[in-house]
Amino acid sequence: MRILVCVKRVPAPGARINVTADGQTVDAAHLGFTTSPHEECAVEEAVQLTEAHGGEVTVMTLGPAAAEEQLRYAASVGAHHFVLIPINDVDWDPQRTASALAEAVAAVEETDGAFDLILFGNESADAGGFQVGVRVANHLGRPIVNGIKGIDIGGEQGGELDEGVAVARREIDGGFEVYNVPMPAVLGVKEGINLPRYPTMKGRLASKKAVVATDERTVEAGGQVRLRLHRPVEQISETVILGTGPEAAPAVVDLLEELGVLS
Amino acid sequence: MSLLVICDHDRGTLSDASLEALTFGRPLAAAAGLEMGAVVIGAGADAAATGLGMHGASTVHVASHPLLTDFGPEAWGETVVQLVRGTGATAVLACGTDRGNEVVAQVAARLDQPFVANCRSVDPTGDGSGNWTMTRVQWGGSLLEDTTLTAEIRLVTVAHHAVEGVVAETPASGTVVPFAPELDDAVARTVVADRVVLTRGITLSTAPVVVGGGRGVGSAEAFAPLEELAGELGGVVGCSRAVTNNGWRPHSDQVGQTGTRIAPEIYIASGISGAIQHWVGAMAAKNILAINTDREANMVTRAGHAVIGDLHQVIPAITDEVRRRRG
Repeated sequence: MRILVCVKRVPAPGARINVTADGQTVDAAHLGFTTSPHEECAVEEAVQLTEAHGGEVTVMTLGPAAAEEQLRYAASVGAHHFVLIPINDVDWDPQRTASALAEAVAAVEETDGAFDLILFGNESADAGGFQVGVRVANHLGRPIVNGIKGIDIGGEQGGELDEGVAVARREIDGGFEVYNVPMPAVLGVKEGINLPRYPTMKGRLASKKAVVATDERTVEAGGQVRLRLHRPVEQISETVILGTGPEAAPAVVDLLEELGVLS
Repeated sequence: MSLLVICDHDRGTLSDASLEALTFGRPLAAAAGLEMGAVVIGAGADAAATGLGMHGASTVHVASHPLLTDFGPEAWGETVVQLVRGTGATAVLACGTDRGNEVVAQVAARLDQPFVANCRSVDPTGDGSGNWTMTRVQWGGSLLEDTTLTAEIRLVTVAHHAVEGVVAETPASGTVVPFAPELDDAVARTVVADRVVLTRGITLSTAPVVVGGGRGVGSAEAFAPLEELAGELGGVVGCSRAVTNNGWRPHSDQVGQTGTRIAPEIYIASGISGAIQHWVGAMAAKNILAINTDREANMVTRAGHAVIGDLHQVIPAITDEVRRRRG
């Protein structure tokens, strides 16, 4: 199988995010960066699928030159080929990002053949535009389903088992929806589809030798233009301390009664 | 000229998220000088369509087609695209649930129009030159972004839980109009083929009470007292990302930016420090009670109520007290 994973470099989730004085981007000083969590799982899923079915994993990112770090991390956990679409430090809008990615995917496919599967994260942890994967799939004329937390290769199509079908499970409230998507296909995956591995020593060494191809793309900006980023006004509320230790239980249950959840 | 609101439903019962979208859409349509219409798609849509006038929809388009029996992002997206073309709608709005964002993204890709996801507020008078301006959510709500939207057809979702769904002060006619899209068989490739039901009844996103546990719980087994309390209160157990990363609970129990957004009457957060990625999943809770040994933990300082102490002692004591009062 040939699998492509598109990832994004984002500040490590959990950190306090500050904004630059002009409000155009996050202040990168004192921030650690990582692969957006859904996409880290997408890389793991791709590596597991190729371990089971054979094939190779290509990882692509659109981001600053420093995003090479995330590509090398993907190398350390088993991905094979790497493409960086360099931009300056300010995020591109979703339409522009998707157009550049679609062009770059088409360029790779022209020389190396089509990808059976292209994986995106359901949404990036930072911008959260919920659309780049769908736009890329549309550009390429391929089916896409988002919110995927399980992938099996080989599924029913027209009453018969077809190895060219990806069976994708999407988590919904209280269960799963199952999709039988014919490949080549695009899937937007979510954290929880697997537990990503840590790099091994061998992996770390391989990542240093990994070759990162650079593919510059010039595409027009889309219709969504950032004015500024800002932090929401925190609603500071005084915390009412109901007590210390198990002796606080009656006060807690008073509160539950008051809220009407004890019926 | 109209604003079209995509209304999601479960076999005929409108989702709360759809009511949020309609509530958000009413003042937006009025300020933009647009008529507000609604579209409901697929099996059960007829039932969901009745009563939408009460929510301010003047026209309710009911889309049906043999390929629209169950959800399919491409089929739904293409249906909305054809309706936009057919009615000349200039704006489309949905609630920013996973499904809402996915369908609007499909519409955006097909129409090659920008799409601004998860808005908190939208100003259609915008920059004065016909562009809309809006404030949207980044990082699940811990950062906001002001943007302008320049588009022929404005595509927007409203962040889930940003508004509470209420009926319109002045109802609209809610005239039901059937719509039969022409769908290519190709869209069938992403229609739901099967459904697997794991839990019936209350779930993490609908539970009135969520008892959450974090790293401080210590092990998978130590969640038993949390389960017990949740059971007494008719609620469910949730957890932090640290817990799922340790393999103590399945990811479907995770509350947070990359897990489930909860909105219970009360969230009892025990042994959870309250990292921002967890907080954004819990902040729609109406009340939060933190149980933590650390008086300075984020979860404690942000909660309305707190108990300072070891959750392993406090949780069983609460369960006992609940049982005692019930006799």
